[in-house]
Parts: sequence; C-alpha cells; structure tokens
Amino acid sequence: MHIAVLSGKGGTGKTTVSTNLSKIMGYRYVDCDVEEPNGFIFLKPEIKKVEEVAIPIPEIDQEKCSLCKACVNACHFNALAYTKQSIMLFEQMCHGCGACMIICPTKAIHEKRRTIGKILMGYHKEIECFSGILNLGEPMAGPIISKLRQYIDNKSTIIDCAPGSSCNVVKAVIDCDYGILVTEPTVFGLHDLKIAVNLVKQMGIPHGVIINCHDPEEELVEAYCMEEHIPILGKIPFDRNIASLHSEGKLLVEDAVYRAIFQAIASKVEEVASCS
Amino acid sequence: MKICISSTSNGKYSIPDGRFGRCAYFAFYDTETQDYIFIENDGLHSSQGAGVSAVQTVMDAHADVVITGSLGPNAVKLLEASEIEAYKLTDGNIMEQIKMFQEGKLKPIDGVGPGKAGMNNRFRKGW
Repeated sequence: MHIAVLSGKGGTGKTTVSTNLSKIMGYRYVDCDVEEPNGFIFLKPEIKKVEEVAIPIPEIDQEKCSLCKACVNACHFNALAYTKQSIMLFEQMCHGCGACMIICPTKAIHEKRRTIGKILMGYHKEIECFSGILNLGEPMAGPIISKLRQYIDNKSTIIDCAPGSSCNVVKAVIDCDYGILVTEPTVFGLHDLKIAVNLVKQMGIPHGVIINCHDPEEELVEAYCMEEHIPILGKIPFDRNIASLHSEGKLLVEDAVYRAIFQAIASKVEEVASCS
Repeated sequence: MKICISSTSNGKYSIPDGRFGRCAYFAFYDTETQDYIFIENDGLHSSQGAGVSAVQTVMDAHADVVITGSLGPNAVKLLEASEIEAYKLTDGNIMEQIKMFQEGKLKPIDGVGPGKAGMNNRFRKGW
C-alpha cells in the first residue's frame, strides 16, 4: 500500500503525520517535499547511501554551430537564445527534454549532465527512509521526485508530499492507493483543503482528512467533510506539549498520549484504505 | 536606428509598460522612416523565460535600443551579448519617450533588476 500525505495549505502538519504514522505502522518513509525536506529531522535515520540527481542539458559546440536558430525555436522553455555571435544557454531554465539535440542540423549540440540535487537513503531502526533534496537556488524539483519514485516498489510506503497542488505534488501522489489530507480548522486551511480534495478526486485517489491543531469549537472542516462524505481519519489536538516535542525534533509517538492518537489514526487509515 | 519600447497597448499615445518580459506589446520606432510597428508579446503567457523571449523579439526586429522599466538578469546578459542598449522609462506616452530619448534625456539602465518582477503584480508601477 502506498499512502500519500498532502495538504493544500503549507504548515498544517504533513511531516508530523507522515513521520509518526511511518514509525507506528512500520511503513517506509519517503520525503518528496524536496524543496524543503524536513522528515529526517524527526526520524534521524542513519544514512547509508547518497545519490546525486542530474539532468541532461545541452552543450553547444560553437564551431559547428551555424546560428540557424533551430534549437532556439524548438525550446519550449526559453532556455536557449541567440545573440549576434552565438547561442546562449540559460541552464536553470532547461528541463532536459533533448529537443535541441534532435533538431540541430549540424550536430553541434551534445548532452552533458548537470547536478540539481541528491537523494539520501537510510534507516530509522528497521524503517527504510528516503529524502530528496533540491540544491539551493534550483527551480526544478520534478526530476528529483521522479528519481525518488523509482525507489518505491511494492513495499508499504508513506509519501510526504510538498504543499499546494503543483506538478511536484501530482508527481508524488500519482499511482498512490490512498491520500491523507492534513488540514487545520481555519478558513485558510479549509480553502486549501478544497483544492487538495479536488486534486485527489481528479486523480481518482481515495482519501480521508486529518485535522491538526484541532479545536473542538471550530467545526468548519468537519461540516465540509460531512457534506462531501469524506471520512475524518483523526484529530490531533492544539496542544503546547506537541509544539514543545516538535521543537526538540522528537516524534510525537514517543509520548504515550499521542501514541494512542496515532495508533487510532493508523488503524482507521488501514481500515478505510483497504475498503476503498 | 530602431527603438523598442515595452508598451501596455498598441498605439503611439499608449502608456509604456514598466515590465519588459511581461509587457502586452512591443512598440518599435524606426528613426529613418518615422514609422511605428506594434508586436504583441508572445512571452506574456509563457510559463518561464519571458525576458529571454522578449530579447529575441527585439533582435528579430533588429532594434538597437530598448526602453523599459527594469530588466531581469537573463535579459541583461542577452542584451549585453547582443550589444543592444537599454534605457529607463520616465513619465509620458510612447511618442514622448522616443522624443526624450532622441534629446538624450533618458538614463541608461545600469544593473540588473529583480528577476520575475513582471510576475508579481500586473498593476504595479514598475518605474
């Protein structure tokens, strides 16, 4: 079973839910929020392997180049431009599609590799942990998420996604068996939850909601879920002690009270996910 | 000489657009024929590289000078490599900008503005 944890709004507790569930369920943990990965702060795995992630970019042999502009016109990402003397490459805009190499009539373009980030692999006790890291200043997270996905085989896995509903989230969520949507009981949280619900619905992924920072007096998320027939998988209280454990980089399941909450969430998830 | 100005619409009395890559139109003025040509900016809706695409439009039209609000790092690099000079917009419509340029009243744009500036707010005053 592959479970994606996503949210819409940022900072609602995707990593808190992912790491604690992973620990309690014994699932493999994969941090696909490669722009700001933070799951390893809590799981503290012993790193066994580091792999660099590179994308192909063009290298132009200016002597063979006839300045015909075929590559400039072929590039959909404005990564290539011509000047009066040469073809100029803007490396960070290149998506590595290879169209310029195919189209060049004088075979002046060759492929070279550009490193954009890395993947860390390790173990937290018996739990396998992966985390993608996009290098600072790099704009394109997609290739790292795709590479991470290559490591995900049939073994039960929790995928910690990026916030929002961008390509980065879609790439991480695709082919998952179940989606856990983490939200908070605020107008902003609900607004973005609706976007996340829309995404998993369109992708045909069964889903449920976890309300973090739960306030018994604030029922707007519950009302929405009831109306939309979305199961509520659990509620994590708005609690100073949680913030305190979190700030020390500890897993909440290390505390008996929260362990019970996550155990209840885990069994609920297993129940609804196997039915859907 | 051909002069290019980033513009919000396609007339010689139009208000210039402070954004370079994300302007609506490029106005081209030929100092010899004294003709205006307006070209819609394809880069306005491109997901990335609007500044690069804009410089290519300027080069395709064989302009020697660009007058705009600010330029991102990629556009500056390309303009420099192509030996196209850049000048900063001031108050006034397209026609008035050209007049001021010809009178030597416009300042050259030196230094790079923030990248993606045109994406932040469509209605911001860029200059």
